[in-house]
Parts: sequence; structure tokens; C-alpha cells
Amino acid sequence: MDGNLSKIKASRFPDEFGRFGKYGGRYVPEILMPAVTELTQEYEKVKNDLQFIKILAQLHSQYSGRPNPLTFADRLTAVTGGAKIYLKREDLNHTGAHKINNVLGQLLLAQRMGKTRIIAETGAGQHGVATATVAAKFGLDCHVYMGEVDTLRQRLNVFRMQYLGAEVIPVKTGSRTLKDAINEAIRDWVTNVKNTFYCIGSVVGMHPYPMIVRDFQSIIGQETRQQHQAAEGRLPDAVVACVGGGSNAMGMFYPFLDDKKVKLFGVEAGGRGNDEGEHAATLSLGEPGILHGMFTYMLQTEDGQVADVHSISAGLDYSGVGPEHSWLKDTGRACYTAVDDAQALEAMALLARTEGIIPALESAHAVALAVQLAGKMGREESLVICLSGRGDKDMESVFDLAQKGGADE
Amino acid sequence: MNDLRERLVEKISKKQKILSIYLTAGFPEADSTVSLLRAIAENGADLIELGVPFSDPQADGPVIQQASQKALDAGMRVAKVFSILQEFRCFSTVPVILMGYANPFMKYGWRRCAEEAAAAGANGFIIPDLPPEESGDLTRLCRTNGLDQIYLITPVTPVTRIELINSLTSGFIYAVSITGVTGERRELPLETIQFLRRLRKTSRHPVLVGFGVSNQETAKSLAAESDGVIIGSAIIRLIAESKNTGEACEKVKAFVWMIKDSLGEIA
Ligand SMILES: Cc1ncc(COP(=O)(O)O)c(C=O)c1O
Repeated sequence: MDGNLSKIKASRFPDEFGRFGKYGGRYVPEILMPAVTELTQEYEKVKNDLQFIKILAQLHSQYSGRPNPLTFADRLTAVTGGAKIYLKREDLNHTGAHKINNVLGQLLLAQRMGKTRIIAETGAGQHGVATATVAAKFGLDCHVYMGEVDTLRQRLNVFRMQYLGAEVIPVKTGSRTLKDAINEAIRDWVTNVKNTFYCIGSVVGMHPYPMIVRDFQSIIGQETRQQHQAAEGRLPDAVVACVGGGSNAMGMFYPFLDDKKVKLFGVEAGGRGNDEGEHAATLSLGEPGILHGMFTYMLQTEDGQVADVHSISAGLDYSGVGPEHSWLKDTGRACYTAVDDAQALEAMALLARTEGIIPALESAHAVALAVQLAGKMGREESLVICLSGRGDKDMESVFDLAQKGGADE
Repeated sequence: MNDLRERLVEKISKKQKILSIYLTAGFPEADSTVSLLRAIAENGADLIELGVPFSDPQADGPVIQQASQKALDAGMRVAKVFSILQEFRCFSTVPVILMGYANPFMKYGWRRCAEEAAAAGANGFIIPDLPPEESGDLTRLCRTNGLDQIYLITPVTPVTRIELINSLTSGFIYAVSITGVTGERRELPLETIQFLRRLRKTSRHPVLVGFGVSNQETAKSLAAESDGVIIGSAIIRLIAESKNTGEACEKVKAFVWMIKDSLGEIA
């Protein structure tokens, strides 16, 4: 099954067991089995429910500001001298990142299911902010788990969530980052499963989450197809997106999966180097294992313990990755590479000065790879970067780095 | 050969209640585990669950999380757990179930795990993040190696699923007393009793109740509605509060003996 995709339609996965090839599945405590089964059934119902689709579309256009533009980056293109570079502007969404696409969908679903208590995990704080925002809008009770390390480097986002009425719970176990926040959210869900909806922030976790989040994020790729078609009269030659858990990337990739001519590039966090604990390049340097309910590439020690990770961007700092990406890697449908902290910082500054757009540090990883790629492509070709979020949240840490003069810590 | 079920059934037929004790292997250090296992086995435990530590134990509360981390920091590994068990087998025939999360076992290799566990004298596995749907490989290997694979049933498990698990579990059924993670609880909700009564009507296996059992009162009230209880966090806390292995063994002995004694009072 993991051979090539020439005969099968990639877009029809996962199968009924939540598998993308051998990846995915449901490695969850028994207590959650009824909840994930119910979630799958409810999602299957709303997926084709015209009323649900209509309300979601309305929220997109009147609340989060979709469709956002596909911006031609003429000055950045001139720097590379190669392929035309377009930016899909998820940074312009309400709350400043792609995360809200998924949250609107999931919380609408939560409402349908009659769940009034929402829990979420967050890394950079973007998913937490999006969840707190939509929970406020829908009048739902919201609790966000966030690793203590992340609460310190994203202080402002902690305050934003609290200001929106959410409770932020700092997680002090393990490495005190995203993976530990997910563990705590799962423990909360196990305890409060009867009234609680777990609004997961990326295409990770147990089935059906990787599918649900991908579907809600697919609006990114759908709009990109149309907008690129309108601008260039054809599909792009390549799309590039950063990969933490992989939701902005899956949202961009999915509508192109069956268009084999469109090359898909995922960019992971190369951090400070290839040693364990120095990076978050899960697909590039990890191996398959079981984490957070899914079988997928993960960073682990030789004894199968979850390894520590590092990235300058809190949103890419995760030891796992969505199972669909694992499958796209093995089948060769998508390519995954890593960009290190210093390259990401450089790309962030480059985009700021050429286009007047400050990208999130996460998105800057995609910009860095795209610049390299575009330079090697022809001028008649084109490439789209998923600009997953804006850099305002990162200004404080970039400022601190500038004061210290380097990307070393 | 593995005779877990027979042993349990025999005791149950004599109207005895089963006491199962959980211990994280390698906590607080590798050298203390065999002594602690003996303290547990020789003071009335009918069954031991030996925890194989994992860095991200999703179904565990803070006490077992911390014990797991400490054991890992002190160098506990899957292979080392097997050798500890082998050493314990020189002293005791009390059944031992290995309890751990899927990834460390998978990384070690399912086949190697099952073969080495059986050779070391294990009676089976409980893997909380490996529900029946995902455990095909291990199920086959358990069968060929004469090991039991124990599944959990919780207060929210629907009737049809109870039926499924009834048909797949071997050894016994692990009934989770509450919706939640492991940890001591002073009181258990009324629902727990109702759940156990329902479960016992349909179960074709011994039913042992775990999660939240912390003292004589909770042990007695749950054992009255089941075939026995499983205690974890309360033991780990006693060990954590001890200054050295000697003190930990003394505390564990007294605790196990006390609980066993109070289970004997149930007719
Ligand atoms: C702006 C931005 N981009 C990307 C990510 C990474 O998540 P994912 O890989 O799921 O898109 C995050 C996560 O917080 C983010 O805030």
C-alpha cells in the first residue's frame, strides 16, 4: 500500500479505520472509544449537511474574513530571479493565522453535538487564541492547555486568551511544550468526556481528528486553486507550507493531491542541528511510532520514549506529525525538508523588507525553502507559499534575539 | 505455562477477593524493584501489574507520571524490566502482568516483546493505548506465547462494546471505576457501583476494578461489587514518601497486608 500512488486516488483517504496507508488509527484509552466513535458519526452527518456548510461559509466570509487574497510577491520574486512567488494570505484571517479555519468548523460541530465545555491544547498560542475567540463568539466555556515553556515565550498570547475569557492552564509535566499540552488535554478529555469537546489544533491525534482538521483547513487549498487559476490560467507548479503538526500544509496540499503535476513541499523545523532534542524535523529525521493516538513518524529515543524537540518557533515544536503526512512522505507524493532557526529568521526579515509582510516564525520556514526552490525553477513557473500566520506574536522574541545578537537561544 | 485465569477463578470460587498491586518498574531505582515486588507478593497480593515506564503516559495521573519519569531517568528500559521479572521469578510464582504504553514495546519489537516476556515469566500484557481494534499483532503473539491480553471496560463503554471486549480479553476484565486517569480518590461516585453491577451481569471473566482505589474503604466497597481491586497510585505514593528501599518495603508490606485483611472481611 505504501508504494506509488499512480493507480489510487490519494484524496479518498483515510479508510474506515482512519488509516492513511499504514499510518493513523486510534491508539486511545478505552474510555475515549465511545467519544471518538460518536465524533466520527456526527462529523459524517454534518459534512454533507447544507445548513452546516452554509453557516460555516457565512462565518468565513463575515467573521474571519475569507476569502483571503493570493498575493503576488513581485519583489521577493525579483530577489530569487526564478519562479513567480505567490503568498496565500492566511495571516490576514481574524486572529492572524490559519488556525481559525479549523476552530470554526470544530466548534460549530461541538455546538451541534450539544457540548458546552471546550478544551484545546496550544503551542505558539495561535490555536489557543483562535479557540478562545470562537468560544467567546459562540458562548462556550473554554480551557486551554499550554506548556509552561510556551507560556513564557508567548506571553502575549496567554493574555489574549485570558482576555477573551478562556482559562489557560500551564502544563508543567515532561518537556513543558506542545506534546505535554496534548497529553494534559487528553487527560482532561478522559475525565470529562461526557460534556467536553476536545478541539484539537492540528491534523494529529486519533481518527477522526486528522481527517476533520484537514477537511476544515482544505479551504486554503481550494481558494488557492481558484485564485491561481484566475491569476495564471493554470495550477501552480509547486506549493510550500511549514509543518508542525501539519494542518496548514494539509489544508494547502489536500485539494492538489490528485493533481500529480503540482509538487508539494513541507518544511519542518531544523532547529539548531540534527542531534536529538535540537530540532523538530519529525519526517526528515524521525521514524514511525505511536504517539497521541496515531501511528506516525515521530521523534523518539532508541528505547521508544518521546524525544525532546527544539525550534525557534513554538508552533513547530512538536515530536509528532499528522499521519497523512507520513503517508505522503512514504508514497513520495510530498517532499519534506528542514529549515533551521537561522534560515527562518533570515527569511522572516527578507519577506518583511521585500513585501512589507512580517510572517510568523512558523511560516518563515516555508518562505526560506520557497526562496531556495524558486531560484532553481524557471521564470515561467510559479510557486505558492502558504503564509500560515503573521509575525506580530513573534516580535518580542525576535527583538530579544536581536538584542543578544544571534539565533542561538 | 500461564495459569492466571485458573488461579483467579479458583480463589474466586473460594469466595476470596483478588488484590492486584501496580508497581512502576525501576521506581525509585532499578535496584529496589525486586525487593518491592517481593514485599507485595509475600504479603497477600494475588496479582502484580508491573509498569513499564513511558515518557508520555496519557491515562495516568500525576503520581504515576512522576514515578515513570523518575524510573526512566534512573535508566529503566524494556529489556531491564524483563530481567527484573526473571529475577523475581526465582522467589515467587505470583502472576505478573506487564502494563505499559504501546510505543516502547513496539520499538522493542512486538515479537521480541512477547517472546522475552514469556521467557521471563510474565503472564500477560495490559496496554491502555492499544484498544482491540489496534492490537492484532500482539493478540496473535500473545496466543502463540501463552500470554494473556487484558482489556479495559469503563463506565462509558456501550453494551455492544462490552460484548466485544468480553470475547477478546483473556485472564480478566479490567474495570475502570471512573471516567478519569489513575490516581487516588477519597470517594467514588454512586455511578461506579451501578456500572459494576451491570458489568458483572454480563461478564464471562473475573472483573477487577482499578483507578481511584486508595484505602480500605474504597477497596472494600468496590470489591463487594466485583471480584477484586487493583491499587496503584496509593502504593507509589508510599514508596515516594520513603527515605530508602528498606523503608519503602516496610510501608508497602503493611499497606498490602492491611488491604488484603480488609478484603477478607467481605463475605
Ligand atoms: C502561524 C502558524 N503556522 C503554522 C503552525 C504549525 O501548525 P500546523 O503544522 O498544524 O499548521 C502554527 C502552530 O501554532 C502557527 O501558529
